[in-house]
Amino acid sequence: MIGTYKAVSDADLDFIRSVVAAERVFSGAEISEDYSHDEHSGDAHFPEVYVQVLNAEELSKLVEYANEQNIPVIPRGAGTGLVGGSVPIYGGMMIGLEKMNRILELDEENLTITVESGVLLMEVAAFVEAHGLFYPPDPGEKAATIGGNIATNAGGMRAVKYGVTRDFVRGLEVVLPSGEIVELGGKVVKNSSGYSLKDLMIGSEGTLGFITKAILKLVPLPKKSISLLIPFEDISSAISAVPEIRKSEVTPTAIEFMERDVILDAEEYLGKKFPDKSSEAYLILTYDGNSKEEIEQNFSGVAEICFARGGLDLLIVDTDERKEVVWKARGAFLEAIKGSTTKLDECDVVVPVNQVSTFIQYLYTLKEKHDIRIKSFGHAGDGNVHIFILRDDLNEAAWQEKLSAVFEDLYQKAIELKGKVSGEHGIGYAKVAYLMEEESEAVLNIMKAIKLAFDPKNIMNPGKIIR
Amino acid sequence: MKILVCIKQVPNTTKVDIDEETGVLKRDGADTKLNPYDLFALETALWLKEERGGTVTALTMGPPQATAILKEAFMMGVDEGALLSDQAFAGSDVLATSYAMSQGISLMGDVDVIVCGKQTTDGDTAQVGPEIAEALDIPHATNVTKIIDVGDQGLRIEVEMGDSLELQDIPFPCLITVDADIFVPRLPSYKRKIATAQREIRTIKCSELPDQDPNRYGLSGSPTQVERIFPPESSTQKVMIKGTGDEAAVVFYEKLKELKFL
Repeated sequence: MIGTYKAVSDADLDFIRSVVAAERVFSGAEISEDYSHDEHSGDAHFPEVYVQVLNAEELSKLVEYANEQNIPVIPRGAGTGLVGGSVPIYGGMMIGLEKMNRILELDEENLTITVESGVLLMEVAAFVEAHGLFYPPDPGEKAATIGGNIATNAGGMRAVKYGVTRDFVRGLEVVLPSGEIVELGGKVVKNSSGYSLKDLMIGSEGTLGFITKAILKLVPLPKKSISLLIPFEDISSAISAVPEIRKSEVTPTAIEFMERDVILDAEEYLGKKFPDKSSEAYLILTYDGNSKEEIEQNFSGVAEICFARGGLDLLIVDTDERKEVVWKARGAFLEAIKGSTTKLDECDVVVPVNQVSTFIQYLYTLKEKHDIRIKSFGHAGDGNVHIFILRDDLNEAAWQEKLSAVFEDLYQKAIELKGKVSGEHGIGYAKVAYLMEEESEAVLNIMKAIKLAFDPKNIMNPGKIIR
Repeated sequence: MKILVCIKQVPNTTKVDIDEETGVLKRDGADTKLNPYDLFALETALWLKEERGGTVTALTMGPPQATAILKEAFMMGVDEGALLSDQAFAGSDVLATSYAMSQGISLMGDVDVIVCGKQTTDGDTAQVGPEIAEALDIPHATNVTKIIDVGDQGLRIEVEMGDSLELQDIPFPCLITVDADIFVPRLPSYKRKIATAQREIRTIKCSELPDQDPNRYGLSGSPTQVERIFPPESSTQKVMIKGTGDEAAVVFYEKLKELKFL
């Protein structure tokens, strides 16, 4: 689908500066290295021009112009993506929305908050919590923008009980590749009014248009939350308890699994000891509710399920101090694993929850088959497993070769188990080949047709999701 | 070895509101927790028991609902719990509190080591530990950061002295107050909760204490007069470091070191 694009010329820069104040336009050497990559470990690609916009009107003019001139445009939030989604692999004009970061309205009657898309996730969370409300999606990167969260349909740990970003987006304002500004969805709770273009935008990774505003759904803030750290003899028995925990009367907000070697990495990375590492494998469950007593009522049921499957105890994480120790370690896993090797690549496949155990067992066989270190942790409760392949002292050629062989096996297995390429990170450019492999021709053709319907000249973030 | 830990129930909040008119801490009676610093004392006591055998007893003073923190101590592995609870103790300052605690401890038999947290998150005085030791006339050390050795006659410990670390030998019986991070506190266990659900907690009334002088307890035993109590001023200081990246890194490093972040 990739055509040839026009290089950004001096005349184009003049036009851009006629729309946006010159101090918000950066070209050539003025462009920070940060904008040549995201958090994915791929190659650097610089945009030809980087522009910061303040509102949808500025954006609209720029996009309309780029469309006429056949210049690629790449939306950029906080650059925290993990699959190269905001990397300008065809150069062009990168448009940063980080200055569109106003919280516009908190509607306590409809339980919604309206924000510009450059507002950070942690800002939304803190703002609504101060008003006794709760925005549940909590992907690990809290410094990501809401726009980026929506563009990747970000997930996070609370998906088990609350769902993912998609479940909390009521409405969007979008600048289409034509430059038109449209509103999709709204504050309404129900909506059966034609195709849900709002839902098409969610997870579109900047390939269909720019998200400039979002109406997000909120819920009342639970007063208390308590986590349980549950040691198990091994990872299989830990994960085998998950389907029944999900089936039990009260749904935890999060069900995470972790293994001792990752805990040890986190200890080393943080320079802090973890309160228990006597076991090979752990589940962490989090429950929320209105009081300590209400939450504690669930524990006997959970204990019964876990003890029957080799759970050794329930360790209670109930105060800020205890939560800090446990969740700080959990939050540091990614960086800790990074710190334990020279380079890593990651996949975030998702499989049906009852297949997580099979999938993890398969991972163990891959370590031996390919003679490479592989670490994993993740969301046992929603089937989304984060797998890290570590380079250690392999040379570049050997690393690339092993990496693609491991990925090939991993994605093959995921497809066999009726899983999907990405649970929450998206496709970007890094996972395009695997998506193409996974989906049928009929599905890919519809995806391509949708892309062309929105963006006939393919200027919006080209090279992402589909080829 | 008989080990005793002093613990306290405190408001479960990171921010304590103060009524500036009356100078009294506004406590939300319903939501309380074990003083976070005492978690390190409990872990130290349990570690001592694991090293040398013996028993760990937790002692607290407070209203009847303070038994909750003794139950929590059981969930961490403490063997026995006792609560000093009596109207006569109401209004105690640090002196009256530590005297009552020392009297309570004298009922516990021959204790080898008493472990306290560094301070509490509500009163913040860090005085009760040392004053208990004074009342019992035993040696004590504060700000203990490490236990290097547990001998037959005493402990070899490392003590944080602000700008230096001191190695001390302290003979039994003794009292230590431990710094945060001396050990990582274990988490309370559900299995222990079930196993200790019926374990009795001894309540000690003022009338059971050896010293029956009413002027040693409660308000009458408290010489402290609070003149004014107010929240500390918070300020955000910004320091701008100029120079090249390498130069700024050196200045930044020195600054962090000066502020003891490193």
